[in-house]
Amino acid sequence: MSVFNQSRSRIIRLIFFLSFLIIVAQLFNLQVVSGKYSQLAMDNAVFPKVVWPERGIIYDRKNRPILNNQIMFDLVVTPAEVKNFDTTSFCRMMEIDTAEFNKRIRDAIFKNKAIRPSTFQSLLTPQMQARFEENSWKYPGFAMVERPVRVYPYNAAAHILGYINEADTRDIERSGNFYRMGDYIGKSGLESNYERVLMGQRGVQHLIKDNKNRLVGNYENGVFDTAAVAGRGLRTSIDIELQQMAEQLLANKVGAVVAIDPKTGGILAMASGPTFDPNQLTGPEKNKNYSRLVLDVAGPLLNRAIKGQYPPGSTFKPMGGLVALDEGLITPAYGFPCGGRYTLCGNGKPACTHSGGGHAANLRLAIANSCNSYFTHVYRMAADNSKYGGVKKGYMHWKEYMNKFGLGVRLGIDLPSEDKGNIPDTAVYNKEYRGSWSSCTNLTLGIGQDKMTATPLQLANAMCIIANKGFFYTPHFVSRIDSESEADSVYVNRYRQKHEVLTHISDTAYRATIEGMADVVRVGTARSAAIPGIEVCAKTGTAQNSTILQGKKIDLPNNSMFVCFAPKDDPKICVAVVVENAGYGGTWAGPISRMMMEKYLLDSLTTRSKADFERIANTNIMPAYLKKLQFITDSARANEWFRKTKDSTYLRRFLNKSYASLSPEEVETYAGIRMPGIDNEQAGLSDSNSNLAVLTPAARKPLVPVNNGGSPVRSDRPELIAVLPNEKNSRTRSNNPIV
Amino acid sequence: MSQRDPAISKGIDWSLIGIYLLLVAIGITAVFGATYKEGDPILQSFLGFKTDYSKQLYFFGVSGIIGLFILLTDSKFFPATANLWYAAGIFMLLLVFPLHTNISGTESIIKLGSFNLQPAEFCKIPVALALAKYLSRPETDFSKTRSQLIAAAIALVPAVITIAQKETGLALVFFSFSLVMYREGLPSGILIIGFAVAVLVVATLLLEPNTLAFILIGLAVLVALLMRRQIRRDKSLLFKIAVLCVICVGIQRFGVPFIFKSVLGKHQVERIYSTIGRDVPDEYSRGFVEGSAPAPASDKKKTNTADYNVKQSKIAIGSGGVLGKGLLKGTQTRYGFVPEQRTDFIFDTIGEGFGFVGCFILLGVYILLLFRIVAVAERQRSVFSRCYAYGVASVFFFHMGINIAMTIGLAPVIGIPLPLISYGGASLLTFSVMIFILVRLDADRQMVLR
Repeated sequence: MSVFNQSRSRIIRLIFFLSFLIIVAQLFNLQVVSGKYSQLAMDNAVFPKVVWPERGIIYDRKNRPILNNQIMFDLVVTPAEVKNFDTTSFCRMMEIDTAEFNKRIRDAIFKNKAIRPSTFQSLLTPQMQARFEENSWKYPGFAMVERPVRVYPYNAAAHILGYINEADTRDIERSGNFYRMGDYIGKSGLESNYERVLMGQRGVQHLIKDNKNRLVGNYENGVFDTAAVAGRGLRTSIDIELQQMAEQLLANKVGAVVAIDPKTGGILAMASGPTFDPNQLTGPEKNKNYSRLVLDVAGPLLNRAIKGQYPPGSTFKPMGGLVALDEGLITPAYGFPCGGRYTLCGNGKPACTHSGGGHAANLRLAIANSCNSYFTHVYRMAADNSKYGGVKKGYMHWKEYMNKFGLGVRLGIDLPSEDKGNIPDTAVYNKEYRGSWSSCTNLTLGIGQDKMTATPLQLANAMCIIANKGFFYTPHFVSRIDSESEADSVYVNRYRQKHEVLTHISDTAYRATIEGMADVVRVGTARSAAIPGIEVCAKTGTAQNSTILQGKKIDLPNNSMFVCFAPKDDPKICVAVVVENAGYGGTWAGPISRMMMEKYLLDSLTTRSKADFERIANTNIMPAYLKKLQFITDSARANEWFRKTKDSTYLRRFLNKSYASLSPEEVETYAGIRMPGIDNEQAGLSDSNSNLAVLTPAARKPLVPVNNGGSPVRSDRPELIAVLPNEKNSRTRSNNPIV
Repeated sequence: MSQRDPAISKGIDWSLIGIYLLLVAIGITAVFGATYKEGDPILQSFLGFKTDYSKQLYFFGVSGIIGLFILLTDSKFFPATANLWYAAGIFMLLLVFPLHTNISGTESIIKLGSFNLQPAEFCKIPVALALAKYLSRPETDFSKTRSQLIAAAIALVPAVITIAQKETGLALVFFSFSLVMYREGLPSGILIIGFAVAVLVVATLLLEPNTLAFILIGLAVLVALLMRRQIRRDKSLLFKIAVLCVICVGIQRFGVPFIFKSVLGKHQVERIYSTIGRDVPDEYSRGFVEGSAPAPASDKKKTNTADYNVKQSKIAIGSGGVLGKGLLKGTQTRYGFVPEQRTDFIFDTIGEGFGFVGCFILLGVYILLLFRIVAVAERQRSVFSRCYAYGVASVFFFHMGINIAMTIGLAPVIGIPLPLISYGGASLLTFSVMIFILVRLDADRQMVLR
C-alpha cells in the first residue's frame, strides 16, 4: 500500500484552497470594489416611466378658461395579440388601406417588439373613436389609450396662446436633454413663453421590466416614485369676448388690433388678421392644418401685432409734438403758417390736407387737423436744436425720446419673438447720404414716415404713455401665476414695475396734446370713433403702401391706422388698429377702435356699432395680389416637387396656364395646392422624417412680398424658422415659376 | 462502537452528511429564489410537484431514499461490482448514439417519457469506482507507464464518447480524475506539463503568433543561459531545451489552430474567446463557414449570446454588493435577465440575493466539504476507498470551480451544474449517490476492501 504519496494530499488541498482564493478575489472585485454593476442591474430592470402632469390652464381676466385640457384617445396595438383579424373591415373603419395597415404593424414591431404596445394611430377623430368603441371586441390587440389634448374653448387668441407639439431634436438639445422624444413642448405664444410654469413637474414611476421588456410591476412598491405635479394656471388680462370681437372684425383683412389697459399694461386683446382657429393645431388633423397655414402666402401664422412693422404715419404726430414741448422748442400756443404744403426744404413736400385758415395756429389745432407741415417743422426743430450742435447729435437726442416712447426697441412682452420696429441710427443716414444730410433729408420722420416703422403693440403702448402722462407698464398678458412663488419673479416682476420714462414732460404739454387728440374725435378725422357719453382721444393715420410682385412694383391702397384711448380723464383702454390696404384711417380702423372701446368700457355695443360690426366683419379687403402670389408660389413649389421627385402630377396642372388666363373661380381651385409630402408632413409641428425635406426651403416658404410701404416684413417669421433649417438656400431658389 | 448499534448508523461520518444536507437546502432555496412566481402559495407550490423548487425537493427525497439503500448496502459490494458498473455506464453512453433525442446543441440525451436521461451525467460514478478499483488492485504498479496509461484510458474513454455527443463541458469533468492519479503517484511532471500546455494555449489565444514565438525562443535562451553550468557538464541538455522550444512553437503555430479549426465546435470556440474577452479571429470563424455553412447572421448572434450571458451574470453577481438584495429581491434573476439561472447560473441567485457575504459562506461550505472529503480519504485503510474519495473530491472540485468561475467571467461558459445546488434531478441524484457511497465506504474505513 502506498503511503509514500501522502504529502500530495497537502498539495491537493493547496490547489483547492488557491482556486477558492482566486474565486473569492474575483467576487470581491465584482461585488465590493466595482460599483458599476448595481447601476447596470437597475438599467436592465427598472423602467422609469414618466408620468405627465396635466398642463396648466390659461384664464382670461374674468377667470374664464381660454386654454384648457381635453381627453382624446390614441389607438395602440400589441402586434403579437393581433389574431383572427378582419383586416378589411378594420381598415375601412380607420380609413386606411391594407398596405398602410401592414406597414404600421411592421413599424410597431420594429420599434417596440411584437409583445409591447405601440401607437397605431394617434388622436382618433370622434367618428373613428365611436366606431372603434362599438366594434373593439372584433379587434384583439388594439386598445384606446387616453391622451390629454389642448383645447381652446373660445376658438380664439391663436396667436397669443400658441400651441404645443412634440419636442423636436432642437428643443431637446436646447433644453439640455430635459425633454425627451415624445414629450410635448410649447411651440409659440404663451404656451412657449410660460412653458416651465404650464408643464408642471413630471412624475416618475419606477416600473420593473423583464428581459423581454415587458412591464411586470412596481419597483420596490413605488418608494422611489415621485408624483406628477400639475402645471399651474395663468391668469391673464385678456378679455376673451373683446378678443373674439377683434378677431371677427379682422376677418378677411390683413392687419392687427391691440388693446391695453394703461393702468397696468395688461393687454386686453391682441388680434392679427388673417388668423386661424387655434383648435386646428390640436387633434388629429393638426399636421394637415399646419401645412395649410404655413403655405398660405397671407401668413395666418404671423402675429402682426408684434411682428408687423408699419410706418405709423400721422398717428405719430402727438409724440413729435410732446418732444418739442419738452425740449422747450415750442409752447402749446406755437403755431405754424401752413399754406397747404411744407416749403422750408425747398421741394414743397410733404403736402397737407388743409391749407391756411389757421388750421395749425396752435398745437391743439395742429393735432386736430393733422397738419403735416406743422409736425414736419417741429421734427426739424428738434433735430436741429442748437442746444446739441449739429443735426446728427440733435437727431440722436430725438431718437432717445423715440426709444423712451417705446419705438425702435423691444418692449419685452411675454410672447416670443417680438419685433422692435425701426427708428434708424444716424449711421444709417450717414451711410446712405455719405455723411452729408440734414433735417430736410428725413423730414417725413416728423409725420411718422421715412424709415420709421413701429409694431401695433408699440403704437398702443405709446398711447398708454400719453394717456398716463409719462409712465407705462410693459405690455403683458399674464397678470398672475397660480400659487405664485419666489421663483416665478423672473416671469412676473418686470411687468409690475412702473416705467416713468417721460414723466418729466410737463402736465401742460400732455394736456395740450390730449386735448388735441380729443378734438380729433370731436371735429377731426376720427369722428368715427366718437362714443356718446365717453370722451375719446384718438389720432388717425394713413400710410402709403406698395409691394413688388414678379419684379414689378405694385401700388397698393393705403394702410388704415388708428390709435386712441378713453376715457380722456381716466384712461382705461388704449387701442391701436392697423388695417392694411384699407384706405383712410377713419374708415376702417376708426370704427374698429370704437367698437373695442365700447365693448370694453360699456360691455356692449351701441346700436350704431352693431350695424358697423356686421358691415366690417363681412367685408373682405384682402389684398387682391395675394391670390396671384399664391398661384405663383404654388406653381414654383410644384416645379420644385417635380425637380426633386420627377413626379409631374402637380406640375402638370400648372403647365400652359397663366394666372391671367384663369377666371376667379378657377383660381380658387388652384389655391394652396399641397404636395403629398407636405400633406403628410410633420415638419414644423414635430420634425424630421417628413417628405417635406425633399423640397428646398424656398419651395416650402411662401414668397414674401418685398414691401417698402406698410405690409409687414415677414422674412424673420419665427414660426417658419422652425421649419426652415437651411435658411441660406432660400436665396438660390430656381426663380422660374410657370405662369 | 458497540455491536448493538444498528448497522446503518455505525461509523457514519455525520459531518459529511451535515454539509451535504446544508448544500441541498441552500440549493432548494436558490432554485426557489430563481423560479418563484409572485403570488404563488408557497407551501402548496412546494408540495405540488409543479414548480422547479418543488421538483427539486422531491428529487432530494428520491436521492435520500437511494442514499438510505446505499448506506444499507455492504461496502464490499462497491469494489466487487465496480467494473460491472463501468461496463454498464459505457454501454449506456453508447446507447445514446442510436437513441438520442433531437435537442439543439447536444446529442447526449435520451428521452424516457417525460424524463430526460443524460448518461454522461451518471457516468462519473462508475468511472470513479472503476478507477479506484484498478488503482487498488494489488498487481497494479502505478509507477509503470503502462498502468498510468490504462488508468488514464479508464477516465478518458467516456470523455471521448461524451465529446462525440457534443457535450464538451461534461467531458472535461473526466479530466479531473487526474487529481486521483496524482495522489496515487502519477509523476508531478505530467501535471506540470499539462498545466504548462494550458498556459501555452491561453497565451496563443491572447498574443500575436510571432510575438509569442519570440517570447518562447527568448525563454529558451534564458533557460539555457541560467543552466549553462549543467549544460557544460551535459551537452544533450541544450538539445533537449531546443527540442522543447520547437515543440512549444509548434503547438502554438499549428497545434492550437488545428484544434480550433477541426476539433472544437463553433460555439465552444466562441465561448473560449468570449471568456478571454476577444472576438473570434477570422481564420477560425471562416473555417466554420466552410465546414457547416451556418448563416453569418446566426454566427454573430451566437457570439452575442455567449457574451450576453456572461455579462448579465456578472451584473447579477456584481449588483449583489456586500450583503445582497435579499431572497426574491434580485431584479436580474427575478426578471429573466440571467439565462439558465436555475441550472448552470444558479450561483447568480445567491450572488445577487446574498451578496459577497453569501457567496463567501457558500464557498466556505464547499471548501469545507472538499477538505472533509480529503481528510476522510486519508484515513481509509483500503486504497479503493481512498481513490474513490479522491475521485469524489476531484469531481466536486471541478464542477464547483468551473461553474462559479464561468458565472463570474473567469472561465468559458461550459454547461456544467453547481453540485447539489443547481436544479436538475440527474445532477442532484448523481452527486448524492457519490456522497452516500463515500459515506458507506468510510463507515467501513477499518476494513480493507478489494
